[in-house]
Parts: sequence; structure tokens; C-alpha cells
Amino acid sequence: MPFAGYDMPVQYDSIVSEHLACRTSAALFDVSHMGRLRFDGNGSEQLLDHLLTRRVTDLPIGGIRYSLMCNEEGGVLDDVLVSHLETPSGSRYHLLVVNASNRQKILRWITPHVADFPTVTMSDRTDLTAMIAVQGPRAVEITSRLFKANVDRLKRYRGVITEQFGKPVIVTRTGYTGEDGFELIVRADEATRVWENVLLAGRDVGFKAAGLGARDTLRLEAAMPLYGHELSEQINPFEAGLGFACNLEGRSFIGGDALRAVHAAGPVRKRIGLLFDSKRPVREGCGVTDANGKCVGVVTSGAPSPSLGRPIAMALVDVNAQEPFTIDNRGTSQPAKVTPLPFLRSS
Amino acid sequence: MSRSPQTLLYAKTHEWADVANEGADKVATIGISAFAIEQLTDLVFMALPSIGTKVVAGKEFGEVESVKAVSPLYSPVDGEIVDVHSDLPDNLDTLKEDPYDFGWILKVKMSGDTSLNQLLAHGEYERQCGEEG
Repeated sequence: MPFAGYDMPVQYDSIVSEHLACRTSAALFDVSHMGRLRFDGNGSEQLLDHLLTRRVTDLPIGGIRYSLMCNEEGGVLDDVLVSHLETPSGSRYHLLVVNASNRQKILRWITPHVADFPTVTMSDRTDLTAMIAVQGPRAVEITSRLFKANVDRLKRYRGVITEQFGKPVIVTRTGYTGEDGFELIVRADEATRVWENVLLAGRDVGFKAAGLGARDTLRLEAAMPLYGHELSEQINPFEAGLGFACNLEGRSFIGGDALRAVHAAGPVRKRIGLLFDSKRPVREGCGVTDANGKCVGVVTSGAPSPSLGRPIAMALVDVNAQEPFTIDNRGTSQPAKVTPLPFLRSS
Repeated sequence: MSRSPQTLLYAKTHEWADVANEGADKVATIGISAFAIEQLTDLVFMALPSIGTKVVAGKEFGEVESVKAVSPLYSPVDGEIVDVHSDLPDNLDTLKEDPYDFGWILKVKMSGDTSLNQLLAHGEYERQCGEEG
């Protein structure tokens, strides 16, 4: 199916089998559609610190942070990963991984700010590189030996530039499934070779190629937000439950004043997790009704959970809404149980 | 029971119908094709109408949901539902394992057979699937 200008499979085999491979062994995802923006030159970290809700200036070499980019009103423009990397020849740069669907918007947003930092250059590396995620309990063990560096020693949210068969590769211990694993960035012309090598390395333990469908059910079980669903310019980070990604104290960044005001007043909506006993899947857009019969919010993501064997959903609701909740599921009223997030914790 | 897919009629929307004479009435047994079930994958939910409900050819009578999406089920014939395979929603694997026998969905007492002209014979249906698949 077409997705943000990329032609991508929803599934290779079946969503459930790909999902379960990721939970029990490992799954490979082609995530080349994610935007990759590189920042070189003195002042890169000051520029990014100004653009992002989370502090960048103290990010060590090899460090990676999940952060948000907000507008002046505190609405979320995108959620991103920012990395601080060093090449084998010793040059240092920052890499920003942004959502595919937001890449052009983010480029337009950042470009005028780059102009304020004459020593900084931004380059869009998306088309020159490919990105592969290897996720699952066996991912690190099986794929570590493919790389020159001892990448199994990387801690979560750390990354390194190393080599595979003499070709450069960025290996980060990050992901979007709730499982341990790596994300790999390679030159575009190396992508097929690396993909096939990883699949081959994990063939005997059940590695599978996985599509967008499994990526969505995995991230939903892990309660990771998806831009356009749990996040948008109309939702602030505190409503989305992402206060941890906002460093409000002692720094100045775009949206900072608005976020400090929201934080002081307290958010008016909250992101919650819902579980269902009935088998009917609950989908995005279903209304949430509270104990008083009042419409108090909307389902932002929902799917049958392959791991739990029942429907799950995340919803954005008024903070004062009274449980129990029911879901208006295309004409049927379906009782919902509020459950702590994430739905599933990896072992 | 052993229903051969070659002898059935098919709607473009992938439902099959097996029309049989029962006394003076024509009764159509209705299901969905193996091709459709394979395309849907990972079925998790099915909603069916109750006995006595009127159905109209080409109109929705129920729905089946996979992990990814909801798919409406369309009646291939006009008539009234005289039997519903009510165990099926709790045993969706049956659809995959045996779509033409134990995977039947409805029996409809037909109110006329003009709608049958709209249905495809097995060969035509296979050609359509070839183009879609």
C-alpha cells in the first residue's frame, strides 16, 4: 500500500504470524520511509536544543533521546529520535529521525532556524540511506556477530557507527515494538544485502520479515504513540502522556512557554489504555462514553491484540471522565476496562 | 457433506451460493470463498444476522473483521434467512479450514431467482481472483 510516498507491504505473510515472530524470536522491518536528517557543524546541538522539547546539549557521543518537536503553542509537530554520533574518522554530527508523513513539514519548519546558525548544515539523508529494524528477544544475540563493533554491549538508546563487511552502518539499540533490538542505517545500495544477511542469520530461530500491519499492532501493545493518532498539533505532550520527553527547566526552546503553562495548569485530557472482553475489534475514531453517558473522548488507535487475543485500544479522554467507559463501536455499545499502559511488557 | 467449489455460484464480492430445491422452495446456502479468506487473513470477529432477517442481493448482511480491517459481507441472493451458522463466529478457523462445507454462513429461502443472473460461474470467478490477486 502507498504510505507517505513509499510503496510498503501491510503484511508479508500475515500480521499475526509476523507479530508473534517479533515477540518470540525477531522480526525485520523496512523502515526506510522514516526521515533521516543530519546536522553537521558547530552549533548543531544548540539548534536542536532550541527545536526539541528535550535537552540535547548534554547528549554524549553515542547517546540517543526520544523527543518532541513542538510549535509555539505547544502542539506536537513530530516525535523524533535525536542521536549524537561520531564517524570512524572522528567527525561528530547529530542525526534526527522523523516520521515519514511529517518529513516535508519538518524540513520546512527547521530550514529557517538553520539559517540562524551559519556554521550548521542540515542534509536530508533519507533517500541516500535505508533503515532496517531488527526487533525481538533473539535480535541482539543473533545479529550482533554481523557487525565489526561489539554492538551487543550497546545499552538501550545508544548507538555507534561501525561496519558490516567493510561497509559503514549505524547501529542503534532502539525500536518501536516494545522488544529489545537494533535499528540499522545503511547506504541505500547496501540495503538489500544487509536485509538478506540479517534474515539469513536468523532463519533457524524464526526471524520473519514484517510489514506495516505488525509494526502497528506491536507498537500499540507497547503503548508507543503514533503521530496522527496519539499525537498531533492539537494534542500537547502532557495530554499524550509524554511529559518525560519535556525538559522544561533552565532552557529555552520553541513551545517551552506554552508547555510550562500547560504543565502548571495540568492537562485537560489524558491518554488511557482500554481492554475489551467482547471480540469485536475497536478501531480508531470510536467515541468514548463515561459513566454519566457523556461523550468524553475518542479512540486514537485500536486493534485486536495478537499477543493478548482480545481487542485493545488507546483513547484520549477528559481528565475528569467517570469510569466505567463504554465505546460506541459503529452502533454497538461496548464495555471497556481501563488498564495501565503498556498493555504488554517485554520480558 | 462435500460441496465442490466448481459447482457453486459466486458474487463479485467473494460470497458463494449453493442453490438447492427444497420442496417448492429454492434455498441458497451462502459462504465466502477460500480466495477471500486467504486475502483477509487473521480473522478475529464475525457479526451475523438472525433467522427471519430479509436479505437483498448485493446488500450487506453482516461483516467479518481481520486484525487490520472490517469487511462487509454481501448477500448473493434475495430472500429470508432460514438458518444461521451461529457457532461460526466462535470458530473462525473453520472458515479457513473448510470454507465450502463446515464454513457455511447462512441459508436463505429465495424469494426469486433473478439475482442469480448477476452471479459468476466458478471459471469466471477464478479469472476475477487472478486479476485481483
